[in-house]
Amino acid sequence: MSRQVTITIDGQQVTAAEGDKLLWVALDHGIYIPHLCGIREKEHPDASCRLCFVEVEGLPNPVTSCTLPVKEGMVVRTRSERVDRLVRTAFELLLSNHRLSCAKCGKNGRCELQKIAQERGLKLKLTRMRSLLVEKPVDDSPEKFYYDPNRCVLCGRCVWADREKAKIGAIGFVRRGMDRRVAAFWEQPLADSPCIECLACVEACPVGALVAKEMKE
Amino acid sequence: MSAVLERYEALKRQAEQTLTARLEKPRVLVGTATCGRAAGALKVLEVFREGVAQHGLDVEVEEVGCLGYCYAEPTVIIYKPGFPPLCYMNVDEGIASRLVTDYLVGGDPCFDFAYAALEPNDVFPTLADYPRGFSEQRIILADCGLINPEDINQYLQRDGYRALAKALSMAPEEIIGEIKASGLRGRGGAGFPTGVKWEICRSKEADEKYVICNADEGDPGAFMDRALLESTPHQLLEGLIIAGYAVGAKQGYIYVRAEYPLAIERLKTALAQAREKGLLGENILGSGFSFAIDLFQGSGAFVCGEETALIASMEGRAGIPSHRPPFPAEKGFRGKPTVINNVKTLSYVPHIIRNGAEWFRSIGTPSSPGTAVLALAGKVVGTGLVEVPMGTTLRTLIYDVGGGIKNDKAFKAVQIGGPSGGCLPESALDLPIDFDSLQQAGAMMGSGGVVVLDEDDCMVEIARYFLEFTQKESCGKCTFCRLGTRQMLEILTDITKGRGKLEDIDLLQEIAEDVKAGSLCGLGKTAPNPVLTTLRFFRHEYEIHVKEGRCPALMCKDLISYVIDPKKCRKLCDACVGSCPVEAVYTRPDQLKAIDLEKCVKCDNCLVTCLPLYQAVIKVSPPLKVEGGQDK
Repeated sequence: MSRQVTITIDGQQVTAAEGDKLLWVALDHGIYIPHLCGIREKEHPDASCRLCFVEVEGLPNPVTSCTLPVKEGMVVRTRSERVDRLVRTAFELLLSNHRLSCAKCGKNGRCELQKIAQERGLKLKLTRMRSLLVEKPVDDSPEKFYYDPNRCVLCGRCVWADREKAKIGAIGFVRRGMDRRVAAFWEQPLADSPCIECLACVEACPVGALVAKEMKE
Repeated sequence: MSAVLERYEALKRQAEQTLTARLEKPRVLVGTATCGRAAGALKVLEVFREGVAQHGLDVEVEEVGCLGYCYAEPTVIIYKPGFPPLCYMNVDEGIASRLVTDYLVGGDPCFDFAYAALEPNDVFPTLADYPRGFSEQRIILADCGLINPEDINQYLQRDGYRALAKALSMAPEEIIGEIKASGLRGRGGAGFPTGVKWEICRSKEADEKYVICNADEGDPGAFMDRALLESTPHQLLEGLIIAGYAVGAKQGYIYVRAEYPLAIERLKTALAQAREKGLLGENILGSGFSFAIDLFQGSGAFVCGEETALIASMEGRAGIPSHRPPFPAEKGFRGKPTVINNVKTLSYVPHIIRNGAEWFRSIGTPSSPGTAVLALAGKVVGTGLVEVPMGTTLRTLIYDVGGGIKNDKAFKAVQIGGPSGGCLPESALDLPIDFDSLQQAGAMMGSGGVVVLDEDDCMVEIARYFLEFTQKESCGKCTFCRLGTRQMLEILTDITKGRGKLEDIDLLQEIAEDVKAGSLCGLGKTAPNPVLTTLRFFRHEYEIHVKEGRCPALMCKDLISYVIDPKKCRKLCDACVGSCPVEAVYTRPDQLKAIDLEKCVKCDNCLVTCLPLYQAVIKVSPPLKVEGGQDK
């Protein structure tokens, strides 16, 4: 077992194993930091959602807590003007490319975007940003779940679950830039892919992109 | 003398012997790098080859790389005993055949066509007598355009690979010490100290280590790496082998753009020649050190120039950046410590090893020693590839080296550092060019692309243009870069189309700052630079677009109209009518011409046609209202 260290998060002293990533240490101690793409078991974090910013004493700029190994004596603040601003912008950017009709969403009430909004007092509608959403067809081909790319935030948790937990490899990221999306090989319908409908990806999805069908009613 | 140095001296003597007979003959060197070829150098080469054959002359005609005088391509250098070596520019087939008959056959060097001599003499000025030559100091460009890149003997004759022989007689730590002492900073853009990077890699315990040359030059308007690869590939190979020896790697790679076919061809030739001479491969120069170099052709994505994406693409994964640390020097290609250096960085290495750290430090500024290799482009007279000491001011660069602004227009801004660089205004002209000064001013060294802008350039459109490039090249992994740059682009597009709102300008600034602060990799972190700097220095131009619906530089197509000034128009001329592709220009009953605004697609043809005649076609902004298809 690695050495235990004591760090301070928002004035609260917590102990953790040295080298553990700050995001998980904070969450384990009931201190919330917004996050979407983080996967605890993943050795090298994606750090792609850009939501888990914190201020660390001695570091000039806010840093992503999912990539930050804890060190003895580290002093962390999960909120600051700069952190709040970055989180708000990243959150609003994600919303600008997200179908915003929570009432009709299968994850309504269990969505991590809603949780972030609630925790940080952010609105679930576009105030500053333009909507960039270009409606894409929903893949309704699997029996047990459906995939709505218009609600996907590209966190990659489904891809990881599919490959590392289920060991299937049916889905991955395709295309680049604004066209980046999660899809099966050749962007074929999931029913035609090697997918065995184990629902590991559905369980991993933090938003309403991959939703089990019985939930839909 | 050590055995390694003896082996080297023998190679050099051999090279000299091979060359002596050839170098005494008259020689014609034609610059056939990609830039020269685009300007017609291969046809010029053909004329010389045919002329020499036809007249049965004992003259060597050779292909060389790029001298860096883009605006004057194709360039030709002629060595003829009894004359100073002369450099001819803008050589076409006509001039080439005159040079064959008058100079090579006859004895008239055609001074009318000559630009400069390469050596001091009594009859003709040298390159150093021009303001450009005076301000330049060439280290890594010194051989470019003067030696045949496909002949290793010419590189050896100029003391090439001597640094390698010297390095192999030194301890690796000593080499790293020398590079650290020289203060060499990475020329790929960020300016990280090269010696420190090498030291980190050296200090890691690993069964394998790698050195990779990053030749994935992707900035629009940057071509210095291409020129180096095409003009003096052995200089890079020498630097790469030394880097490999210093960090303890046995394998090196050159990650080169697949879009550089000539560079790849010349690199392959260079690699084969270096292997044949025992300068690469097993037991180099009998030192016991073995090193291999392979080429890896990039797959086209701009972001693959970012080192973690570069590694991903070499490992067969999508070229997408990942979080650092770990830095490649600790954990890079195949998980092993890997040094990734730019072409220019590695090209300096042989010079530093040969001449010492002190010499290198004597050039440039204390924090940025050495020279800056810049691609000068845009509205400047003498576009081209230049090498000036760090600390040279932008003013010297633009007005002395570049010869000033084209067509006597007024200078407006200089965009430095490629698509992610910043636009600096006239007040920044006395800024010294070095890593730190540029960064402080909001621009960056980047790849060294310098685009000069004049009064006809709209700063909002320039920002939009560069952002469009980076937005398209975003890999899409992280939120800020994928969506933030797109939001910014939408706002900029609206402003250039006259749909912008005042609050959009503040929002643009906010998003730009957040994208810079929040993005995962260097592409996203720097993409907002053109926007932030134009907002800082040219905010009034944004405001005029929004408040008055007017483009002050008359560049934004949606905010201008083309009209014909009847006072300047001539009744007997109808050049503009013929130039219009959509029949928008028509003849009025009084025989003067006018433009039907409803039909006009603003292609600029009529204006360009009329420019040398009467300058009667003008642009106005804000655009005129279209009423019944007739302009009033």
